[in-house]
Amino acid sequence: MKALVFSRKPAKFAAAMLAGRLSPGSGARVGPLALRDIDPPELPGPGWVRVRPRLSGICGSDLAIVDGTSSRWFEPIVSFPFTPGHEVVGELDDGSRVAIVPVLSCVARDISPACTPCAEGRINHCERIGFGNLEPGLQCGFCESTGGGWSTLMVAHEQQLVTVPTQISDEAAVLIEPTACAVHAASQVRAPRVAVIGAGTLGLLTIAALRHTHPTIELIATAKHPHQRALAAELGADHVVAPTELERAVRARTGSMRLDSGQLTGGLPAVVDCVGSHESIAQALRIAAPGATVHAVGMPGVTTVDLTPLWQREVALRGAYAYERDDFDTAIDLVDSLDLGRLVSATYPLRHFVDAVAHAASAGARGAVKIAFDLRSEKERESI
Amino acid sequence: MPRPGFVLEVDRSTPPILFHHGESLRLEKLPAGRSRVLYPGEPLAALEDVDGEIRQALDNPLGDSQPLRALLKPGMKLTIAFDDISLPLPPMRRPDVRQRVIEAVLDLAAAAGVDDVHLIAALALHRRMTEAELRHAVGDRVYDAFAPQGHLYNHDAEDVDNLAFLGTTRHGEEVEINKRAADSDLIVYVNINLVSMDGGWKSTATGLSSYRSLRHHHNVKTMQQSRSFMDRHASELHSSNWRMGEVLRDAGVKVFQIETTLNNDTFGTSGPMSVLQKREWEWTARDRATFVGMKAGLDRMPIGVRRKIFNSWKAPYGVTSVQAGEVEAVHEVTTANVFKQQLVAVEGQTDILTMGLPYICPYNVNSVMNPILVMCLGLGYFFNMYRGKPLVREGGVLIMSHPTPWEFNPVHHPSYIDFFEHVLADTTDPLEIEARYEKQYAEDEWYRHLYRTSYAYHGVHPFYMWYWGCHGLSHMGKVIIVGGDPRSVRRLGFTPASTLNDALEMASDVVGRDASITHLHNPPIVMADVT
Repeated sequence: MKALVFSRKPAKFAAAMLAGRLSPGSGARVGPLALRDIDPPELPGPGWVRVRPRLSGICGSDLAIVDGTSSRWFEPIVSFPFTPGHEVVGELDDGSRVAIVPVLSCVARDISPACTPCAEGRINHCERIGFGNLEPGLQCGFCESTGGGWSTLMVAHEQQLVTVPTQISDEAAVLIEPTACAVHAASQVRAPRVAVIGAGTLGLLTIAALRHTHPTIELIATAKHPHQRALAAELGADHVVAPTELERAVRARTGSMRLDSGQLTGGLPAVVDCVGSHESIAQALRIAAPGATVHAVGMPGVTTVDLTPLWQREVALRGAYAYERDDFDTAIDLVDSLDLGRLVSATYPLRHFVDAVAHAASAGARGAVKIAFDLRSEKERESI
Repeated sequence: MPRPGFVLEVDRSTPPILFHHGESLRLEKLPAGRSRVLYPGEPLAALEDVDGEIRQALDNPLGDSQPLRALLKPGMKLTIAFDDISLPLPPMRRPDVRQRVIEAVLDLAAAAGVDDVHLIAALALHRRMTEAELRHAVGDRVYDAFAPQGHLYNHDAEDVDNLAFLGTTRHGEEVEINKRAADSDLIVYVNINLVSMDGGWKSTATGLSSYRSLRHHHNVKTMQQSRSFMDRHASELHSSNWRMGEVLRDAGVKVFQIETTLNNDTFGTSGPMSVLQKREWEWTARDRATFVGMKAGLDRMPIGVRRKIFNSWKAPYGVTSVQAGEVEAVHEVTTANVFKQQLVAVEGQTDILTMGLPYICPYNVNSVMNPILVMCLGLGYFFNMYRGKPLVREGGVLIMSHPTPWEFNPVHHPSYIDFFEHVLADTTDPLEIEARYEKQYAEDEWYRHLYRTSYAYHGVHPFYMWYWGCHGLSHMGKVIIVGGDPRSVRRLGFTPASTLNDALEMASDVVGRDASITHLHNPPIVMADVT
């Protein structure tokens, strides 16, 4: 079967790092990601099924891996070689369409009894990650045993399957997983006013989820590009400003004072960072009010940030990783009601993965939001 | 004998016409056969003995007023209020006429034994004047005598302990002015009436007031009903100020008004700038060479240097009249004198009005002409330079020439930045802006702080700039800015054009291909009397 495979090749990894720094997304051209003919993954045990991906999205965390910028934190919780792709809509052997909940919990790893978080439904907090009868992997798409969505076949545990209602298109269904992330992040926010930094896929979905979860919340969003501005407003942002305008917008709306250095004396009670760069985290800290919470929703990686404001203003920095199973129900509702399939701007076949990754890495500047692989026409798909 | 202003019909022999363009200049060929140019009058003769005329005016007041010396008594409380940095434009060469008038008033006060004297820059919600600016306006002698004791200062419209509420007009408008002025036995107001909008009761009722008062006439409705605000008798802005004047009078506030008028000698009769004051077909070879050299030099300079050069220009205006006494009587004469210099009869409206906006307007002296001020100068001040009917017909096109940079002076215009980035990003509709945003900006503590302690215009000031242009905005079918930063121009809600020809082409979509064009050749200042 055809699959994009990410192997442990230090020299290529170094080349990807260099290329990715020069031009985001270029790691796909020179790095360890390659299109291969490989054997289909084995079913790891009872309860596992084969899934033929139909569409599989390219996420920010995928780009970080391809460009070699992701944190070494992941080393013990991924297994090489792996096939990326955790945003997946696929079909089962019986033809039914499913979205995948890619997080690999105790149940999927056949660990019994399940750890306390998994037992309580908090699969994203699994305390046995990296153990059990699977190769290490925090999610499908990072685990050698399961394969991933950037291929014509992967495996998933039946508890990872979410049936896709018939009225939902593949394009919309591929956004169920990132929307569930956004729903989870939104559920953590407890404030009447919030800023969302970033209007890529995750930022836009977080805006939609915040508006859905907290209908009366006042929502300020940043967006770099015109199409992002329009979508942010449409999906529920009350005010959309350029990233460089955010501090002033927050100051004006909160009535905060401003020191000579430009620092605000007040700010917002909650800030959601959907970018994860050191600039965005630093900006989040600058606009967070004393006692506020900064929610790190975009994957941050290794960053250098002045944490003095966090200390001096008693700001809490809280991560928002993945979701719980119930978040998928809300995500399906949102994807359906808001017609989020329109956020899929372009799809590529696997063989054009270099172009696909480059497009995803510069999606905003090119007027796009979500880029995905389209596996529906892959020749090998039918023969597996 | 100075030649009056007039209307030139453009034909094939008409040379390219001067357009001011911020800190630069352009020469534009206007289409022959359908264009005309409205030229300002040449500078009227200046008074030869300004100090003598001032003394004469103080001793021979107009209207129901005693001579100033008769109003000055020992032990009395005297407040001299004077126009702020927004007048005149550009600033005048020393000695500023305010200094001359104030010195004359102080001489009389001293002779009468008045020793409780305060001098207040009547800046309303404008930025505070710096020491250098105050020294320029009142002179070093006056500044050194009063400022160190704290008796010469800027009005503070947010100092609630030093504001006095004096009542409401019959229209329910609240009147609140500077407490020291209100409590004085006499206010002497020293004005420079650069344009016909200035002066009269507006001096005190606006210059010394607070947001509480100002909001009653600095609003969209009032500005829509001021047609134009340069014509006192057709201006709701002035009617409101006059009603407030009645309240002041009824509350016992005594005002002795001194108004002065200046001639059109903005750029002088010698030196490189003088070419800007000449009619193009009368340019000599030397004038042309001067202009070409000046333009080439300016265009090669960094903007900061250009700005410094223009901001350092002090106009050699001549004083053409001094009137003193009772407010309304004084103002009638003053306005007539302003019109004598500026008013030009124009027959019929035009389809397209063009104007070159200079580097300065009332709110960016020693500062940056930001995009909001571009809108205010073009659609507010220049558009309203009419009596009778607007120069351009309703549904016509306004073409302004200005670089319109996305640039702000963060010290002078902090709330402008937010207004531009946030308010205009949402809407450019004056009524919506007023309803949704004005209160928030007016009451913002940070803007208040900067207005009171730094050199910032009040938080609400950019709203007033937008309202100033609202009549023009609703009147025009399209507004085009030539040579402006396209991002800024679009944020203002206007259309950018690279050249005047492009702009005229765009305008033809609205007013047709044979549309008539009128160019307002301003500055020096010209006002159209349109019939």
